Amino acid sequence: MRVLVCIKRVPAPGARINLTADGLAVDTTNLGFTMSPHEECALEAGLALVEAHGGSVTALTVGPPEAEEQLRYAASLGVANVALVPTNGSDWDPQQTARAVTSAARQLEATADAPFDLIIFGNESADSGGFQVGVRVARALDRPMITGAKALAVDADTASIRREIDGTQEVYEIPLPAVVGVKEGINLPRYPTMKGRLASRKAGVDAITTNAEAGGQAMVALVSPPEVPSHLVVLGEGATAAPAVVDVLDELGLL
Amino acid sequence: MTVLVVIEHDRGTLAAAALEALTFGRMLADAIDTELHAVTIGANADGLATGLGEFGATTVHQAHHEHLEDFGPDAWADSVATLITASAPHAVIASGTDRGNEVLAQIAARLDAPFVANVLPSDLKAVADRNAPWEFTRVRWGGSLHERVTLRADVKLLTLALHGVEPERAGTPGPATPRPFEPVLEERSAITIVRDRVEREAGVTLATAAVVVGGGRGVGSAEGFAPLEDLAGLLGGVVGCSRAVTNNGWRNHTDQVGQTGTRIGADVYFACGISGAIQHWVGASGAKCIIAINTDAGANIVTKADYAVIGDLHEVVPAIAEEIRRRKT
Ligand SMILES: Cc1cc2nc3c(=O)[nH]c(=O)nc-3n(C[C@H](O)[C@H](O)[C@H](O)COP(=O)(O)OP(=O)(O)OC[C@H]3O[C@@H](n4cnc5c(N)ncnc54)[C@H](O)[C@@H]3O)c2cc1C
Ligand SMILES: Nc1ncnc2c1ncn2[C@@H]1O[C@H](COP(=O)(O)O)[C@@H](O)[C@H]1O
Repeated sequence: MRVLVCIKRVPAPGARINLTADGLAVDTTNLGFTMSPHEECALEAGLALVEAHGGSVTALTVGPPEAEEQLRYAASLGVANVALVPTNGSDWDPQQTARAVTSAARQLEATADAPFDLIIFGNESADSGGFQVGVRVARALDRPMITGAKALAVDADTASIRREIDGTQEVYEIPLPAVVGVKEGINLPRYPTMKGRLASRKAGVDAITTNAEAGGQAMVALVSPPEVPSHLVVLGEGATAAPAVVDVLDELGLL
Repeated sequence: MTVLVVIEHDRGTLAAAALEALTFGRMLADAIDTELHAVTIGANADGLATGLGEFGATTVHQAHHEHLEDFGPDAWADSVATLITASAPHAVIASGTDRGNEVLAQIAARLDAPFVANVLPSDLKAVADRNAPWEFTRVRWGGSLHERVTLRADVKLLTLALHGVEPERAGTPGPATPRPFEPVLEERSAITIVRDRVEREAGVTLATAAVVVGGGRGVGSAEGFAPLEDLAGLLGGVVGCSRAVTNNGWRNHTDQVGQTGTRIGADVYFACGISGAIQHWVGASGAKCIIAINTDAGANIVTKADYAVIGDLHEVVPAIAEEIRRRKT
């Protein structure tokens, strides 16, 4: 089976997110880059499916040329083909991103003369969290889409999907070709092997151009949420602090 | 001209966030001086209409169709799309839940219109002129960062960030007029309806527990969680963890607190051997009191916590449990 996985390069901030002086971007000085944990799970889901059913995984990103780093990471895990729709570096709005992904998926399908049986997205992107790119792409390609998947199995022409809504597990069954959005927890993503890492350095990145137009949502500025004022009380050091901790629990009525 | 709120429910049981969205819808309707309408999908939700009137809905549209007995993203989106075609509301609002975001994304895809997920009520600029953009704040990074955005669209599609407003009854509530209608469902929308359901057994969950004892990389191993389990058990709470822990396979992802895990609302959160990365913090910060146990006095979680114990969690956690047992006897 042919699987396409869509990933997005994002900075990996630690204790806090700093903004650039103009407030239009995250200050990425000294930051590494990654992708959403949901998308790491999307890659794992795709790789596990082709291991079981045969076929290959393609990873696609819409991003700056540096997003090659995330594509090579995908290649190091065992993804066969990687493709980049280059942006000028600015973050595209969800409609524009979806248009670019749709166009790229169509081009990849035309080249291979075969549809992707499954296109896998993360439930939401780590940074912008628009909760929509996958749904838009599915609609444009006229394929069924279920998001929030916590379990995914493919049997002949059907994908079975399980997800959790407020404690209830919902089961869906949709015919292939289909689109699915997955959540972290669906699997435990593998780590790259040394051999995979070496091979990924030589992987060729397909550049795909699209003429995706901007949509109706536009960023004005990023804003740091108000800082919570610190009320820290240090109760002590080591085991000797235990009575002070239990005093706090007692005051809160938890004993 | 209206503001239309999509009421989330599960087979007729109102979702907690639905009244938040309705309250937010009322704020918007007041701001642009228009009527507040709601839509319930499926005949099993007809009984909700009375309650929605108390929150200011003047009309409750009730979608009736044989395919609406259980949830389906396409069937729900088609139902709302039918209303949009018929009445051209100014805005369509839903709650920023999994289902709410999914349904609005499906509607947006149908209209090829923008959709802004997880909006906050602060500093909202909504205007009645359809051609003018609206401006507001939305959350990014699961809440660690905010973004001011403009939205240009004929029908503004928005979800309210979870807990973005407190549900509040209308000052002058009146009865809502129920208005049943039969939506136009696309044939293929039946494909994505829930096929089967498994109800989880009742019990304390990570999201609702009063006490959460969280462990991070500092716990060191799966076995290292035994003292945390013990402490949680003594306090009627549950164990939580950081992503470093789930990634190491020490615990199941259902225990993960954070941006891609669960947001907790506990009375007390013990953060043991957790550094407090922002993606963890957004899941933990809903706790009313945070007690950090860490060897590093400069760890981010320590500086943000209410209380801290500086030391090795492997000594501190059992000592707390022992002290609780001593006082209980
Ligand atoms: C998009 C995205 C989403 C993410 N989502 C989540 C999420 O949902 N949840 C989440 O948790 N993370 C999430 N992360 C990961 C996050 O950035 C951190 O990597 C992770 O939270 C770190 O886990 P930790 O605090 O356990 O480990 P570390 O950062 O390694 O911290 C370990 C801490 O333990 C202390 N320590 C060590 N030994 C002891 C001891 N014996 N006693 C006491 N203290 C000790 C150390 O001083 C240190 O502070 C996400 C990351 C990204 C990029
Ligand atoms: N720039 C991008 N390139 C490739 N895939 C993307 C991009 N942005 C979003 N996606 C995919 O769409 C999912 C949902 O994103 P969003 O709608 O931004 O929350 C993500 O988890 C990715 O799988």
